Formats: sequence, C-alpha cells, structure tokens
Amino acid sequence: MLGITKSFGQVLANDHIDFSVRWGEILALLGENGSGKTTLMNMLSGIYQPDEGRILEDGQEIYIRSPKDAYEHGIGMIHQHYKLIEVFTAAQNMILGLDDVKMDMRQVDARVREICERYGFEIDPSMKVYDMSVSQKQTVEIVKVLFRGANILVLDEPTAVLTPQETVKLFKVLRNMKEDGKAIVIITHKLNEVMEVSDRVSVLRKGQYIGTVETSRTNPQALTDMMVGHAVSLNIDRPRYDNPQTRLVVEGLTCVDEEGITRLEDVSFTANTGEILGVAGISGSGQKELLEAMTGLYPVKAGSVRFLNDKGEEVELIGKTPMQIRRTGVGMAFVPEDRLGMGLVGSMGMTGNMMLRSWRNGRGALLKRKDPQALADRILEELEVVTPGTEYPVRRLSGGNVQKVLVGREIAIQPSVLLTAYAVRGLDINTSYTIYRLLTEQKMKGVAVVYVGEDLDVLLELADRILVLCGGRVSGIVDARTTTKEEIGLMMTHLGGKEVNG
Amino acid sequence: MNLLVTLITAGVTFGTVLMYGTLGEILTEKSGNLNLGVEGIMYMGGAFGLAGAFYYEKAVGAAASGPVAIVLALLAAFVAGCAASAIYSFLTITLRTNQNVTGLALSIFGTGVGQFVGEFMRLSEGGYVALSNHLKDSFAAAIMPDFLQGIPVIGPILFSHTVFFYMAVVLAVLMHLYFTRTRSGLYLRAVGESPATSDAAGINTTRYKYLATIIGGGISAIGGMVYIVTTAGCVWNHEGLSGVGWLAVALVIFCIWRPLNAIWGSVIFGAMMIMYLRVSLPFMPQQLYKILPYVVTVIVLIFTSMRNSRDKQPPASLGVNYFREER
Repeated sequence: MLGITKSFGQVLANDHIDFSVRWGEILALLGENGSGKTTLMNMLSGIYQPDEGRILEDGQEIYIRSPKDAYEHGIGMIHQHYKLIEVFTAAQNMILGLDDVKMDMRQVDARVREICERYGFEIDPSMKVYDMSVSQKQTVEIVKVLFRGANILVLDEPTAVLTPQETVKLFKVLRNMKEDGKAIVIITHKLNEVMEVSDRVSVLRKGQYIGTVETSRTNPQALTDMMVGHAVSLNIDRPRYDNPQTRLVVEGLTCVDEEGITRLEDVSFTANTGEILGVAGISGSGQKELLEAMTGLYPVKAGSVRFLNDKGEEVELIGKTPMQIRRTGVGMAFVPEDRLGMGLVGSMGMTGNMMLRSWRNGRGALLKRKDPQALADRILEELEVVTPGTEYPVRRLSGGNVQKVLVGREIAIQPSVLLTAYAVRGLDINTSYTIYRLLTEQKMKGVAVVYVGEDLDVLLELADRILVLCGGRVSGIVDARTTTKEEIGLMMTHLGGKEVNG
Repeated sequence: MNLLVTLITAGVTFGTVLMYGTLGEILTEKSGNLNLGVEGIMYMGGAFGLAGAFYYEKAVGAAASGPVAIVLALLAAFVAGCAASAIYSFLTITLRTNQNVTGLALSIFGTGVGQFVGEFMRLSEGGYVALSNHLKDSFAAAIMPDFLQGIPVIGPILFSHTVFFYMAVVLAVLMHLYFTRTRSGLYLRAVGESPATSDAAGINTTRYKYLATIIGGGISAIGGMVYIVTTAGCVWNHEGLSGVGWLAVALVIFCIWRPLNAIWGSVIFGAMMIMYLRVSLPFMPQQLYKILPYVVTVIVLIFTSMRNSRDKQPPASLGVNYFREER
C-alpha cells in the first residue's frame, strides 16, 4: 500500500501511509486507539476506499471497491464483530454468496475439515453458530476466509475476546498458515503478543506511519516510544484548587457482564473536589463499565461507591437506580460516550432535551416549559451552539454542538460529581478547548470531575491525577504533573510491573 | 367420533384459506419483512379472484370450463396480491419506511380496494354476483377418487377436500424443501437473519427481499380467493373475510416460521374458528370461541420464548429495514 490517505470529514484518519506485508510472514500493525490501524486495513478489505494512494499486489496495481473484490484478490479480513448467521451451521456460513460451490453439504463439510486439518483448527462444520463459544466463532470466521481462497489475512484485534489458552492456540494456527506461505497482518496494541508472534512490526500514530522494525531486533520499550511518541504541549490551563476534599470513594468495584466476563476487577480510587481525575486505558479496558456502575446503570457484583457530602456524611450509591441516586441529593452529572444514544434524544430540540433533567419540576401532570427554555437559550448563547433554534432537532447538529448541548445541560444542574466519557471524541480543536475550559471551570467550583479520555497528551495537561486501567484492573494512579507519557503507555499495556491479563 | 370427523373436515375447509395466507407470510417474513398487510392482500385476492372467474364465465357463457375458471381465479388473485405487496416492497425496501406502519396502511388500502371491486361487481350486475352452479361445483368438487373418500374416518379426513387444499399442502412441502435444500433458500434465510452479513458475502439482498415479499403476497392473496369460492359459495360477501388475514399473521407465529407446521396448524386454527357451530356449549357465547386461535397463539409465543431455543425464533432482522451505509 503506497501513499494511502483517508479522511472522515475534517479528521485525517490515514495520512500518506506506506505499508507492506510479505508472503509467509506475520506482520503486527501496532498503534494506540484512533491511530488509524483499522481504517487502513478496512481499505485493504474493501470496506472503505482510499482518497489517495495505490494498492499493489505482487507488483501489480489492484483496485478494491467492495469486500467481494478483496476476496477475488485473495484478501480476507476477520473483523472484531463477526459476520456470521447465528442460526446456520458453520458450513452453511462458509458457502454464503459462493455461487460456484455445489450445494452438497457433505462436500462442503469435507473441504472445511481439510482446511481445519491443514492448519490445526478444531471445528465441527455441522455445529450451529449460536452454540459456539467466541473463540469457535472466530475460528469459523478464519476458516471462512480461507475457504474463499484468501492468501492475505487481516485480523483485527483477534485476541481481544480470547482467553490466554485460546490465544496460544490461535497463534499456533497463525504460524501454521505462515509456514504455508500466507501473508498475515494482525492489528493489535498488546506488546507482549507482538513480541511473541510477529516477524515484523509496523507502527502507526495518529494517522501517521512511524516505521517498521524487525521484531527480533526491537524491545517493548522501543515500541512503546514509537507508539506514543513524544509529549506534545497543548497549553491547556491547569490551575490548582486550594482545598481538595474527598468526594467519592470507590472500593473493590467488580463488575461482570451478561456473558460472565469480568469487566472490572477490584477497582479502588477516590475522586476529590476541585480535581480532574483522568482515566486512561486502551479502549474496552472497563472505562464504560466504571462510569455506568458509578451512575447506577451497570450491575455491580461487589464493591462500594460512597459519596461524601460537604458535612462529611456518607451515601452508598451501589444498588441504587439513577433516580434513587438523584433523590438522595447527590448531584451527579454524566456525559456519556454515546451522546445521541444515552445523552440526548436526537429528534427533540434543545429545550426538550433540557427537560429530560427537569421534567419532574412541573405541577401535576403538566410540564414546566419556561425554565428549560431559558436554560436552552442560555446554553445556546454562552457556549455558542450553532443551531437554527432551540426547537431544532439536536440529531441534525454537528458533533461539537451536540456535545456542547449535553455538557451544558449536565453542568446546569450544578453537580458535585461530573463524569465524562470521551468528551472531546470527534470534536474539532476549538470545541475541544471549550470543553476543557468548561471542565476546568467546574473543577475550580469544587466539583469532582472524572474525565475518561483517549488522548494521552490531553490527559497529561488537563487532569490532576490519572488513573490507568488495564483489562478492567487499576494499573496505577499517577500525578499528572510529574508523570510521563511513556510511563502511562507502559501502564496501559501492563508493562508497569503488573501481571499480564488477557 | 363422528363429531370429531366433521369438525376436522370443516376445519380443513377453513384451514385451507388460512394455509395460503400463512405460507405467503412465512415466505415474506423469511426475508426479514414483516408484512402486516395480509388482511388487505387477502381481501384483494378474494375480490379479484372472484372477478377473474366471474368475467370469464360472462364472456364465454355456458361453455365455461371448471379447470379454466380455477386457473383464471388463481391467476387473478395471485397477480392482485403481487401488486399489493409490490407497493409494500417499494415503500419498505427502497424507500425504507417503517414496516409496521406500511403494513397497517396496506391492510386498510387492500380492504378498501377489495370492497370496492366486489361492490362494483355486485352493483353493476344488479345487486348480486355469483357464479353459475356448474362452476360452483367445479370449485367445490372433491378431487380424490371415490374409493379413497369411501374409507371410513380416514376418507373424509384426508380425501374429501377440494383441489385447493391439496395444492396448499404441496406448496407447503415445496417451500420446506426450498428453505432447507436449495442455495437460494439458504440465501433467503441469510438475508432475513442478517442482511449486513449477506450483503458482505455478495448476496443481492434487495432482490431477495423484493421477490420473497411479492411472491409471498401473491400466495397470501390466493387464500382470499379460496375463501370466496369455497366457504362463501362463490358469492361476493363483504364481511366474511374480515379478520382472516390477522389470523394468518398469528398462525405464522404459531407455526414458528416453518411451512410444514402450517399444514396442521391451519387445520387446528380452522377447526377452532368454526367450533362454535359444531360443539357449542350453551353457556359459552360464540365470541369466546372466536378468540381461541389468538389465545393459543399467545400461549405458543410464551412457550417458545420461555424455551429459548434459537431455532424457534423469528428471523433475526424481522421488521428492521436494511441500510448498507449504517454499520
């Protein structure tokens, strides 16, 4: 791939990237979240088209316009979200869309078994997909790609959902395929896996191609440096608050999701007044679950979240619904990651959305419209929201304006705790700075702010302390004024001295 | 015993009507489209089917042949059903309107069109539309040889029915084979389960959805025609069909989307619908009998969701329109 460029709106996801993979090797594509790894590979598999640049296979320029084109060139991608029909058997999934394969299931089964034997997979072609474990489904996806004759395989974070034992098995299979002369790309941000399985490593950072090194000639420290880069100064104003007090005490918080996977394990920390607590971690390390557990939206298996008010009285929040939390007088504001899904109602205007916080204030069955209307007007003016009017559906506003509406509303309830998840994701620089300013203002008013972020540069300059999550555990809590980007990077990937966990 | 035999035989007559409606809707729903317009489609099938046979007889007079009339009635009903569901397909698949709203609108629209055509025929023929007795007999004739019909118990239950019943059974078996044995049947089910996956695999999801929905509508419409030419005695009857389409929608759930189940399922539903005539208990008002099929459907729904078997669930994308760009 030569000079590949792709942008989404104003965001440049890939900036003139040159990338190559050889036959018979495993190449790791390494980078932080949002560094453009998946975007780059999606262009190889026909999901996106590059804005600029060329793709060559064996020296010949090829054009990939759809996943089908990619298959014809022998390129197969295994996505993080499997594309399988649950009520079909493994073999039925294999032949979908393959018009030239005979509908003789016995022959198909035989071919599937042959592929499995050749590379050491273990699946039963006549098993229904809904009866399979996650790792079996992944196997079906890989075999499906091979069944279609792929020689170049791209795996998007294949180990994210696997247990360590399953990971070992997967790597064995990948090595078998490598021996067979196939080219394999694995997208990952786990350094230990890179070191274990790959032959070469290509590193991306913020859409830029950083370089490619031989795995045998590098070490995790050097790779981390390539991945996170050097600290960039953002000049975010970070005043100190004079008299911080403990506001929120989280102890031993453990959450298990519906599938029985532990999302948070023994998480403990405190959030103080007049402080922004940054939360760093690779995406899916439990950030979402942490915030939702604290606001009463996510089931908690063990642990406690206690709120301390100004008089020093404690209120336990675990086991309460969001409404009950509000009734106890805890001013908790939450800016969720999914703004239009969880935060706002897209088809309602600003006023209507303001009312979501105040609908109980009316008299009897009637709503009070005046106050929310005034609030909407105030936010419109103070935060410079660009909208045709306060009744205009917020769904049609740009991402930055949507976020201003949401943050404005949450701040308006004068919270004592403000939780934000990826508050500046997808926003332009100016709006991002507006959000930073608002958060800092809240901090100086004595609010305990929790800021879950992905850009380490921002966390380092905005937050006072940074909590680093890794695989649902607290990897460490550091002072943002003295720590370095490298230190946090290592803690995120569990090289900060802690054990490696899935 | 005798009572049971007559109940089943009568159940088959009404069940045949339901079977067409249900089979058509199963085909439609397998593509992920929930067409709630069956009621309207069956009304149109009834009116146009009768019109086909009636105007044929009017054109050729006494020389009208039974088999030709049957074929024409089938064709007219089928084409009317296809046309109605083509509207639905265009709205939901191409324009991506809400399937429930569109289906309900089609119900009202189809009922209106059916009533209009039926009443138009009635009024323009001087207040009464009916086929001649000669054609009526050929529509209602039992087609199996006499010696089979003569077998006690089994004869009346299995061999005393009209050609429409046996055609419906054959259709159910064919549909079952299509879903389970053919490539195109597999693709159709894939489209109904996950259009995104099918699309990524290179299957033309739009084509499958259109074809399944349109042909499914045509099959459902035949049910309306069968009602008019058998139960209603070849006379336009503007209330007899009301509710039948909804019953067919319920029956699809009862059959857990399997064509073979539709054979016995529709007979049971048919029997339940006419039970008030055959086994009437003095203290039971007939309206209570008539809700039986719906009560049974609710019970089936509760049981299938409780057992939580993944094979017995509706097609996963049922009722959801597919946008390729929305990932």
